[in-house]
Amino acid sequence: MGGLPAGAIERTEHDYALWEKRVDALMMLLSSKDRRLLSVDELRRNIESLGADAYDKMTYYERWIYAITQTLIQRGVITVDELGRKIKVVQDREEQRG
Amino acid sequence: MADAVAPRFHVGDRVTVRAAYPIGHVRTPSYVRGKHGVIERLCGTYPNPEELAYARPGLPKLPLYRVRFLQRDVWPDYTGQPADVVEVEIYQHWLETEGQAR
Repeated sequence: MGGLPAGAIERTEHDYALWEKRVDALMMLLSSKDRRLLSVDELRRNIESLGADAYDKMTYYERWIYAITQTLIQRGVITVDELGRKIKVVQDREEQRG
Repeated sequence: MADAVAPRFHVGDRVTVRAAYPIGHVRTPSYVRGKHGVIERLCGTYPNPEELAYARPGLPKLPLYRVRFLQRDVWPDYTGQPADVVEVEIYQHWLETEGQAR
């Protein structure tokens, strides 16, 4: 992170999960010129603010969705309350699905 | 350009990267902070990413340079060829004339 010492680089390619592709698409849509609801620099700042420990433990797109969510809250696009309620709705739906 | 800071360095100028470690989003990699290099080119002027990171406009635009460092100056245990270089793009406010670093 930021040119600090780190471990070896993972050089193998891997397939992306559907949710990872959706996170990528979300980022593209939010940062597009006709929306500009977040900038790549805001995303990076929020990823860096995770701290080294969390940064190392989370996967690439886990860091992205964390940072996208933080940026949207900071900008007032969504509220923490809305987020909490929506996550509960999705959780309940997934549990019913089994 | 009225909305851009004027470039103060020229190609070939010897510069030192400021050894500063603020919190926030900084595009200057840690591994070149405090190191000496040479201006390789002016890349253009761009909004300050340190401000963009907080959803501010980042204006006036700042000159961005490509700075060339000797690998052996950057990495204390570098074992490659002595003439190997690494080039890093660095905004003007992170650079000082070598020998005059504040």
